Amino acid sequence: MATMKDYKGDTATWCPGCGHFSVMAGIQRACIAMGLEPHEVAVVTGIGCSGKVSEYMRCYGFHTLHGRSLPVAQAVKLANRGLKVIAAGGDGDGYGIGAGHFTHACRRNVDITYVVMDNQIYGLTKGQTSPTSKQGFVSKTSPEGAGEREVKPLELALGSGASFVAQAFAGDIKKLSELIQKGMEHEGFALINVFSPCVTYNNTYNYFKQGVLVDLDQLEGYDPSDLAKAYATVAEHQGLVQGIVYKNDRPAYHTYLAGYPEEPIAFRSLEPDKAVLEELWQEFK
Amino acid sequence: MKKEITFKIGGQQGEGIDSTGEVLAVTLMQQGFEIASYKHFSSRIKGGHTYYHIRASHDKTHYWGDTTDILIALDQESYDHNISSMTPGGFVLMEGAEEKVEQKDGCTVIHVNFSKMAQDLGNKIIRNMVALGSAVYLMGLHYEIFKPLVEKKFLRKGQALVDLNINALKAGYEHIQKLDVKPFQVARPEPKNHALLAGNEAFAFGAIAAGCRFLSAYPITPASEIMEYMKANLPKVGGVAVQAEDELAGILMAIGAGFAGVRAMTSTSGPGLSLKTEAIGLAGMSETPVVIVNSQRGGPGTGLPTKYEQGDLNTMIYAGHGDIPRIVIAPSSVEECIQMAPLAFNLAERYQCPVIVAIDLILSLNKQTCADFNLANLEPIDRGKLLSDEELAKLQEFNFKRYRLTDDGISPRSMPGQPWGVHTANSNEHSETGHITEVPEIREAMMNKRMGKLKNFKMKGYEFVGGEERPVRTLFVGFGSTRGVLEEVVRDLKAEGEDVGLAIIKVIHPFQKEGLEELAKQAERIVVVENNWSGQMSGLLAKELQVGDKIETIRKFDGNPFTKADVMKQYQQLTKEVV
Repeated sequence: MATMKDYKGDTATWCPGCGHFSVMAGIQRACIAMGLEPHEVAVVTGIGCSGKVSEYMRCYGFHTLHGRSLPVAQAVKLANRGLKVIAAGGDGDGYGIGAGHFTHACRRNVDITYVVMDNQIYGLTKGQTSPTSKQGFVSKTSPEGAGEREVKPLELALGSGASFVAQAFAGDIKKLSELIQKGMEHEGFALINVFSPCVTYNNTYNYFKQGVLVDLDQLEGYDPSDLAKAYATVAEHQGLVQGIVYKNDRPAYHTYLAGYPEEPIAFRSLEPDKAVLEELWQEFK
Repeated sequence: MKKEITFKIGGQQGEGIDSTGEVLAVTLMQQGFEIASYKHFSSRIKGGHTYYHIRASHDKTHYWGDTTDILIALDQESYDHNISSMTPGGFVLMEGAEEKVEQKDGCTVIHVNFSKMAQDLGNKIIRNMVALGSAVYLMGLHYEIFKPLVEKKFLRKGQALVDLNINALKAGYEHIQKLDVKPFQVARPEPKNHALLAGNEAFAFGAIAAGCRFLSAYPITPASEIMEYMKANLPKVGGVAVQAEDELAGILMAIGAGFAGVRAMTSTSGPGLSLKTEAIGLAGMSETPVVIVNSQRGGPGTGLPTKYEQGDLNTMIYAGHGDIPRIVIAPSSVEECIQMAPLAFNLAERYQCPVIVAIDLILSLNKQTCADFNLANLEPIDRGKLLSDEELAKLQEFNFKRYRLTDDGISPRSMPGQPWGVHTANSNEHSETGHITEVPEIREAMMNKRMGKLKNFKMKGYEFVGGEERPVRTLFVGFGSTRGVLEEVVRDLKAEGEDVGLAIIKVIHPFQKEGLEELAKQAERIVVVENNWSGQMSGLLAKELQVGDKIETIRKFDGNPFTKADVMKQYQQLTKEVV
C-alpha cells in the first residue's frame, strides 16, 4: 500500500504558502485513497508553477510544453488504459495558450482527469494578467485594467461537453482531495478547477476564506446531472461555487473505438498478424 | 507491337475522373503491366479541370511520361489543355453530340456521344465506363480484361450493376470497332504478382507492418489519406487513430503515445510541419520516439495546397529553437514508402528522437506498381533500449534514471505502468532522473549526451541509379518523387553517349557522406534537380560535401512536377553555358 512517502518526488520550490502545495497533496491523497501505486499513475503537466507537479510528485510524469498537457495526457491514456492519467496545469496554460485543446478534450471525453490550478495570474513569469483575471484587473500587462472579459472555466467546460465538472479551493484540502478522487473515478474527462492562490502576485486566500464559495452539496435541491441547472447556478453565483457542478455518464471516447483492446496497447506485442497484413495487401491487388 | 501505352482522361472535378483512371490503372496492373500514374487536380471539390494520366509498360517505371497515346476528353477544356502533349498519331476520344472522326492537331480525333450511349444503356453515370471501353479498343486490348475488377467492385451491390458496367465497356468497345480506325497494338506482358498503390497508403501499410499502433493527425492535403487509412485499418491490429483538433495535438498525441511505449506517428504537410515545430523540440528534448511523415506541397503560408514542391527540406532539417537530434529520411518510390516505414520506427526507438519521413505530393497521391509484399523482406522490429520489468527490478532505483549518461548517449527506457521505472520525462533541461535542473555541468552533459546520440550514425544514404556504381562525369542528384523522371533522363543521356549517373538521396539528415563524397569529388559536374526556389538540396550538398563550385541546379517551382522535357531543356541550357 503506497504512502505519501512513495509519492514524494523532487523538493518543491513553490513560494511558501502557495496553493499548489495543497493541490499536489490533494492529487497524492486521492491516489493513495484509491490504492494506486506510483507506477500506475501518470501526471502530465504543462508549463508554469503548476506544471511542476510532475517534478515534485513521484509517479510517471511528463513535463511537456506550455498549454500542451492535454493532448499528451489523452494519448498516454489511450496507449495504456491501465494507467490513471492526470493532466495538470494553470489557468494560463489551460484556458489561454492551451484553450483549444481544453475545449476538444472536454468533448472528446477521454478517461482522464484535468486539474487546473487557477490563480488568475501568470505567476512564474512574475505577475501578468491571465485569462481568468477579472475584467478590469490591474497588472503590469493591463495597467489600465484588463479589457477582456475573463474566461469562465466552468461554463466553458459545460459548453464544450465535459462529462464531469467540479470546482474546489486549495484552502479546503479535504474537499479538494475528495473531488479529485471523484474525478479520477469518473469514466470520462473530468475537470477539477481549483482556486489556488498565488501568494506572491495575487493572494486571494483571505478572499476565498471568507466563505464566498457556495457549496453545491449544501445547496438545496441541487442536481449535478441537470445541465441547465448547472449553467444557471454557476451563472447565478458568478462561478463562485465548489463541489461537483455537473456529471453525466455518457460513454468515454475509447468505447467508440472499434477493436480497442482490453489490455493496454503499450504492453501488446508489435508483431503484425500475418493474416491481417495479407488481407490489407489484397486490397491493393 | 508496343510494349507501353500512355493514357489520359480529362474532365471537370466531380465527374469521376479519378475513379475512372483508377479502374484502368488497376486493370492494367492486373494484366501484368507496370504502372506509373499522375493526377492533376486543384483545391476545390467540384469543377476545375482535372486529369488522370497512366503509363502502362512492360518495364518497371516510376515516371508517367511526357506524352499521351490515348486521351479521353470529356470537355473542350480537357482537349485544349492536353492536346499539345499528345503522341503524334495518337487518339482523342472527344465527348460530344456530333459523331465524326477527323484528323486534327496530328491526332485522330473521334467524337463520340458517350453520354447518350450511357443513357441508352440505362444510366448516365456509366458514361466514363463507355469511354473506357472505347479506349481499350484503341490500345488493342479487350474489354473483358475489366471483368475481375468490375466484379470485385460491384458484385456485392448485385449482378445487375456488374452487367451494367460490363455492357457499358462493351458498348464503347464495339462502337469504335465499327469505325475505320487502326488501334495501337500493345503486347500483353507476362503475368505478374504485384500491386498498385500510392505513397500515402504505402507508408501507412508499412507502418502497420512495422508495429505502429497509434496515429494522430489533422486533415491536410496531401497527407490526409494516411490518417484515413489508419482510421480504417489500425483497429484491425488493436491500434488507435485519432483525428486531432489541430496540428499541434496531432504530433503531441503521438508523442504521448510514444512516451507510453506505443509506436506512434503523425502525418502532415508543410503548414502542419511549421505548427509542429515546438513539439518536435519536445520529442528531441524528452527523448521520445515519434515518426512524422511530411508530405511536401507548395509553400509558403497556405501556398499551393494541391500542388507539388520540395520546399520543406530546410524546415525538416533545422526547424525548432535550440539543438536536438533528429533523423530525416526520404523514400523515392511507393515501394520505398513501405520499405522505409519499419526503418523510421526502428530509428525513432533506437535513437529515442523524432524521425521525419520526407515525402511529397506526387509520391503521396500517385499510384505505382509495387512488387508483391513479403514481410520477411522488411527490416525486423528493433525497439532499442527498452527495459523489461525484470531488468528494471534489478536496478532497484526508487527514481529510475531515464536519462542515464551512457557511452553512446542512449539511455535505457521504461514504459509507464512498469514497476521500478518511475520517472519524469521532461521538456525542461533535466538531470538523469528527469528532474528540472539549471546546473551548468549537468546542462552541458545532457546536451552532449543528446547530440552525441547521432554522432556515429551511419547508414547508406543514397542510391546510385544508372548501371553499376562508379564515378561519372556528370552526377545528377535528386530526392523523393523526382526519381521517376530522373531515371529516364539519365537513361536517355547515357544512350546518347554521355557519362552520367544519378544519386537519389535517401538519408537527408544526419547527412551521409560515405560513397557520395567520392562520387562528388570525381564528377566534373553535379546537377541537382529539385522543386523549390532556392535550391535547398544544392545548398545542403554544398555545405556537406564542399563541392559548391561544381553544383548546378535545375529548379522548378510552378507547382507541377518536372517533365522529362523540362529537365532536358534546362540541362541543355546548362551544357551550353559550360561550353
